[in-house]
Order: sequence, then C-alpha cells, then structure tokens
Amino acid sequence: MEMMKQDKFNFMLDRRRLLTLGTAGLVCAAFPMSTSAEAADADKAIRDLFGDGELNEGRVTVDLPPIAENGNSVAIKVTVDSPMTENDHVRRIAIISPRNPLAEVAEFQLGPRAGKAEVATRIRMAGTQTIRAVAEMSDGSLWLGKASTVVTLAACIIG
Amino acid sequence: MSIRISAPDTASKNEVIELKALIQHPMETGYRRNNRGEIIERDIITTFECTYDGDTVFQARFHPGIAANPFLTFYTRATKSGTLEFRWTDQNGQSWAETHSLTVK
Repeated sequence: MEMMKQDKFNFMLDRRRLLTLGTAGLVCAAFPMSTSAEAADADKAIRDLFGDGELNEGRVTVDLPPIAENGNSVAIKVTVDSPMTENDHVRRIAIISPRNPLAEVAEFQLGPRAGKAEVATRIRMAGTQTIRAVAEMSDGSLWLGKASTVVTLAACIIG
Repeated sequence: MSIRISAPDTASKNEVIELKALIQHPMETGYRRNNRGEIIERDIITTFECTYDGDTVFQARFHPGIAANPFLTFYTRATKSGTLEFRWTDQNGQSWAETHSLTVK
C-alpha cells in the first residue's frame, strides 16, 4: 500500500516536471538566441567594467541554489575574502551573466566602512548558466568567482 | 512605493552590522511583450545608495537582471550614533528614501 502511494506520488512529480520543462522549452524557443549574451559577451562585460588587468581565480565565493524553479528571482550571495581595512579592502563587486540579454546584472561599490565584503540580492536568470562575480580590490587586483544554477523555468518573457 | 528596512537600532562601537533593504518595484526588463505583442517599456531602478551620517557606505547599480522588488543585504561598521539613509533612484531620476536611526554605545 505504502509502495503504491509512493509510486503514484513519483509519477505526479514527473508529470509536473515534464510540463514545466515543456513550458520552459517553448518560452526559450520563442526567445531569439541573438538577444542572449554568450560567454564571450560576459568576458567583454568584465573587461568593460574592470579594464584589462589580470583576472585571478579565487577569493570570491558565489552562492546560488543548485536548482532554481523560477528564473525570475534567484537568490545570490557574493562573499569576498578581504580584511576590509583602510589599506586592504574591496572596492567593487560585479555580477555577470553569460546568458541573460544583458551580461551585466549589478555592480556594488564598497569600501573599508563596509566592515564585511558580502552582498546578497535576487537576480533574473534566462536559463541554466554559470554566473560570475568579479571583485576589484583596493590594490587594483581582480578576482573571479563562479557558481552554476540549473533553471527550470527561465526568466524570458514570463513574469 | 513600499520600502522595508531591516537594521539594528543599537550597536556597539566597531561592530559590523547587517542591513537589509527592499523596495517594491516591478523592475520591468524591457524584453517582455504584452498580449498584443508590443514590447513593454523598460522601467527599472538603476541606483541604490546607503549613507551613514552623510557618508556613502554602500552603492549599487542595477540592470534589468535584478529581480522585481529589488532586495539587498549588505554590511557596515558601526562608528557613531547617526542616521542611515537608504535611497533608490529609477531610470527617470525619481527617487525614494527611508531613514533609520542607529545608536552606538
């Protein structure tokens, strides 16, 4: 009896997921590829914002949920490893998306008075992708962090 | 515009305090179409600024990739008793603000 219940539940879930995926597929098919930024656009956006300095991997941690059912609002937290003192602090943090129509999502300006280099917000995601966050330190060095989220229902035309 | 702020009323000197700020706003991307197929015009908040006793301690620039009802969590170091001002400005220059008093012991 318990087994049967379980099976029925699984079937319902699968059907729901299938429906959701189907809708997401339709929506994204209606959304022309040309308006989506590619990974190269994300790199260009980083260069436009921060110049040609060397991009080091590390020090920046991006927290995103592994799966987001709704791409219209996905919680993101960016933490930068920095003492946040007068001589050594984070000046800027930017969130970059390689698949949204506009690669640049947000830019934050911090300083020694922030006390802690951490920012959280909610972003739109036009599909499954690897979000990048770049931090510019007070010494001018650039640091990059990444995180990926699977988006079931993309923020394209809906909502 | 409905604004919600979460910030402590008191803090000890040099304590790092958490600030949360939310404003009700559609953040219309400019990429959506209405049911007649016409593009819905972009309408977004572009900047956010938090000042502490007149000094800017945190600033943000938003693009359409920020979700509706923009929400921010950030931090500042409590230095002295004063007023925290949270101000949002949209693409047309219209702005909304809220203040919060902080007592530093």
